[in-house]
Amino acid sequence: MTMLDTPVTGKIEGPDGPDHHPDHHHESPTPIGFWIYLMSDCIIFGALFATYAVLGFSYAGGPAPADLFEPGFVAIETALLLISSVTFGMAMLAADKGRLDTTITWLIVTGLFGLGFIGMEIYEFRHLVHIGAGPDRSAFLSAFFALVGTHGLHVTGGIIWLVTLTVQLRMHGLIGANMRRLSTLSMFWHFLDLVWIGVFSFVYLVRLI
Amino acid sequence: MATEHVQPAETWNWLTGRFTLDWIPYQEPILIGTFLGIALGGLIFLALMTKFRLWVPFWKNWAISIDHKKIGIMYMVLGFIMMIRGFADAIMMRAQQAMAAGGAEGYLPPHHYDQVFTAHGVIMIFFVAMPFVTGIMNYVMPTQIGARDVAFPFLNNFSFWMTVAGALLVNISLFIGEFARVGWLAFPPLSGANYSTGPGMDYYLWSLQIAGVGTTLSGINLIATILKMRAPGMKLFDMPVFTWTALCTNVLIVAAFPVLTATLALLTLDRYMDFRFFTNDFGGNAMMYINLIWIWGHPEVYILIIPIFGVFSEIVATFSGKPLFGYKTMVWATSCIMVLSFVVWLHHFFTMGSGADVNTFFGITTMIIAVPTGVKIFNWLFTMYRGSVRLELPMYWTIGFLVTFTIGGMSGVMLAIPPVDFQLHNTLFLIAHFHNVIIGGVVFGVYAAVTYWWPKAFGFKLDDRWGKRAFWGWFVGFYVAFMPLYALGLMGVTRRMNSYADTGWQPYFIVAAIGAVIILFGILSTFMCFYVSIKNRKALACGGDPWNARTLEWANQSPPQKYNFPQEIQVTGRDMFWKMKQEGFKWSTDYAPIHMPKDTATGVLISAFAFVFGFAMVWYIWWLAIVSFLAMLAIGIGHTFNYNRDYYIQPDEIAATESKGAAA
Repeated sequence: MTMLDTPVTGKIEGPDGPDHHPDHHHESPTPIGFWIYLMSDCIIFGALFATYAVLGFSYAGGPAPADLFEPGFVAIETALLLISSVTFGMAMLAADKGRLDTTITWLIVTGLFGLGFIGMEIYEFRHLVHIGAGPDRSAFLSAFFALVGTHGLHVTGGIIWLVTLTVQLRMHGLIGANMRRLSTLSMFWHFLDLVWIGVFSFVYLVRLI
Repeated sequence: MATEHVQPAETWNWLTGRFTLDWIPYQEPILIGTFLGIALGGLIFLALMTKFRLWVPFWKNWAISIDHKKIGIMYMVLGFIMMIRGFADAIMMRAQQAMAAGGAEGYLPPHHYDQVFTAHGVIMIFFVAMPFVTGIMNYVMPTQIGARDVAFPFLNNFSFWMTVAGALLVNISLFIGEFARVGWLAFPPLSGANYSTGPGMDYYLWSLQIAGVGTTLSGINLIATILKMRAPGMKLFDMPVFTWTALCTNVLIVAAFPVLTATLALLTLDRYMDFRFFTNDFGGNAMMYINLIWIWGHPEVYILIIPIFGVFSEIVATFSGKPLFGYKTMVWATSCIMVLSFVVWLHHFFTMGSGADVNTFFGITTMIIAVPTGVKIFNWLFTMYRGSVRLELPMYWTIGFLVTFTIGGMSGVMLAIPPVDFQLHNTLFLIAHFHNVIIGGVVFGVYAAVTYWWPKAFGFKLDDRWGKRAFWGWFVGFYVAFMPLYALGLMGVTRRMNSYADTGWQPYFIVAAIGAVIILFGILSTFMCFYVSIKNRKALACGGDPWNARTLEWANQSPPQKYNFPQEIQVTGRDMFWKMKQEGFKWSTDYAPIHMPKDTATGVLISAFAFVFGFAMVWYIWWLAIVSFLAMLAIGIGHTFNYNRDYYIQPDEIAATESKGAAA
C-alpha cells in the first residue's frame, strides 16, 4: 500500500526548497487516506469473520476445531506477532529520535518475527491439508482457511513493504517522505495485530472452550 | 440459426491453459459480425491515430496524466463507449422478446441470450454508470472545493486504468470464449464450479475484481480530497451540495466495495480451489452469498444515485437564480440515505425464507428511505418555486428526472411491501422499477451533468437542437420501453425469458422494443450533438461562467488550466462564487509558484499487467498469471523508489498561461 503515498514534499530534488511555500497550507493527506484504506480493509475482514461465524459450525461430518487446533501452537504464533508490534514501536521511537541504524535494526527484528509467524502459519496449513482437513473438507474449514489465510497474506505484504522501506531508509535516511511511510507501515502492522487478536479470540480461543 | 452452441471439451496444457481454438465462436454469425465491425472500426481508428500522429500526444497528455480533469473526462469517454456496448445488448434482448412468442424461438439461442442479459447488467452498472459518476466526481468535486487536484493524483490515474482493464476483460470475452450466463449478480450454486463450467463466469469474477480495486482506491482518494484539500476557510457546511453528495457516495464506496471484493473472492475460491462456501454439499450455504452480495448491492444503487442528487441540486440552484432551498436538509437527507442504505439489503430477497418478522423490519426500513428522498424532491421544487427559471438543456433533464424518478420511487415503495413483493418478485415489474430509477435518475442525471459542465470542460456549449433531440429520445423512449414492462410484470411475466408461450404478451413486448428504438434515437442524437458542437465550437464558445453559476468551479477559465486556480481562494461562505461575483472579484496578477504533481506511466503499466493477469487466470494459464503478477508487484514497488514526484509552476509561466487563456 505504499502507493498511497502522496507526491513527496520532503527536502529532495524540489526546485526551491518546498515546505515553506505559501501554497502549502495543506497538511499531508496520507495519514487520513491510509486510515480510510485500513477501514476498508477492516470491512473485508468483517465479511470474512461474518462468513466464519455463519459457516463455522458446518463441519459436514469432518473435523471440528477441538480436533484440529493446538492452543499452545497458536499461543506462540500470537506471541510472535504481538512482540513484532512492540519491536515496530521501538523502531518508531528510534526514528523519532533520528537514529537511523537503530530504526533499521528494529525493523529487521520486526520482519524476522513476522517471518516466524508466517512460517508457523504455513506449517499449520500444510499440516491440516496433510491430515485431510484442507479447505475442501467442509464449509467450516473453507471459512477458516480464507480468514486466517487472508490475514497471512496481509502480513506477507507487510513484510515485503518492510523490506522495501528498509532499503529506502538506507538510501535516503529519515527524510519526511520516509517518516510518513514508516508511520503508515506502522499503522498497517498494528492493524494486522489487532485483526489477529480477533482471529485468535473468535477462530481459535472461543471454539476451544 | 438458433442452434445451441456446444461448449468445447475441457482440456488443459501448460502453455495456453484451457484455451483452445474451439473457444473462438466463429460458428455464431452475430458475434462474427460484431467482431468484424469492431475490428474494422478499430483498424480505422488506429490508422487515423497514426496518420494524425496522435499516439504520442495521447500517451503524454492523457494516458499518463494525473490531472483529475483529464481523468474525469477519460472516465466519461469510457462510460459512453461502454454504453454503446450495453445498449447493443439491451436492444438485442428487446428484439428477441418481441419475436419469441408462442413457440417461435427468435434469433438468439438460450446460451447466447443468457450471456447477453448478464453482460448487459454487469456492463451498465460497473462500466457505464460507475465510470460516469466517478468521472463527474473526479472532474467537478476538486474544483468545487478550490483544490488543485485530488489528494493522491497518481492513485487516481491508477484507479482509472484498473477500471479500463476490467472493462477490456469483459469485452474480450465476446470473442475469446464466452461470458457468464448467470444474471448480473451471479448467485451460486448456478455460478459455482458445477453449473458454470466454462470461462464465462471467471471473466465475470476477474473483470469485477480488477475494476473493483480501482473503484475502492478512487473512493479512498476522493474522501481524503474532500477532508484535506478544501480551499482555506471552506467549512464542511460551506461545501457545495454536489461535494457533499460526493463525500457520502465515496463513504459508501469504501464501506461497500470491500464486501463485494470479499464475496467475489470467496466465490473465486469455490471455483478455483474447491472451497465449500456456497456449494450445495460439504456444509456450504448459498444464502450467505446472497446476503453478502446484496450488502454491497443495495448501497451500490445509492452510490450511483446520490452524486446525481448533487448534480441536480447544483443545476436547479443555478438555473433558478436562487440559493438551493433547504441546503442543510439536503445534506442531512443525503446522510440519512447513506446510513439507511446499509439496512435494507434483505428487501432484494423477501421471498427467500427469512420469515415475516425479518421481512417486516426490512420492508419498513426500505419505506423510510422514501422520506429523505421526498425531502430532496421538495427541496428542488421549492428552489424552482418563484425562481426565475431558465429552461436550458440541463433543466430539461432535471425536470424529466423529477417526474420520472418520482414514479420510479413510488413503484419502489410498492415493492418494499413484502406481500406485494411476493407477487412481483423476479417479474418484469421489478425490471421496470429499477430501470425507472436508473434511467430516470442516473442516466438523466449524467446527461444533465454533461450538458451542464461540458462548457467548463471544453470552453463551448453543447448544440441546443441535438441536445434537445437527445433528451426527447431518452425521455419518450424510456416511457414507451418500460411502461409495458410494468404491465407485463403485473401479469406475472418473469424476467430473463428467452421465449414464452403466451402470445397475448407479445404486443407489450413489441411496444417495449419500439421504445428501445426511440432510446436509440436519443443515443444517436447525443453523439450527433457532440459532433455538431465540436464542429461549431467557435460559434458556441463561452466564457468561464456561461450559466451565471454559484459555485467555485466556475470561477476559473473554461477549460481550466492544469493548476485549476491561479491563486488560492479564501472561502468565506456558501455559494462562494456567487458571493465573489457580487463583490466584484478579480484575479490578481501577483502569482506565487504552484506546487504540482508529475505525470507517471506507472498506473497504465500496472493496469496493463492486471489485465494480462486477469486473462491468464480466466484461462488457467498459470505461468502467465505468475509472471504478470510479479510484474505488477515489481512496477508498484519500483514506483515507490521514485521520490521526485512533484514540481513547481513558476509565476511568469502562470502569468503567461493566464493572459493567453483570457485572450482566447
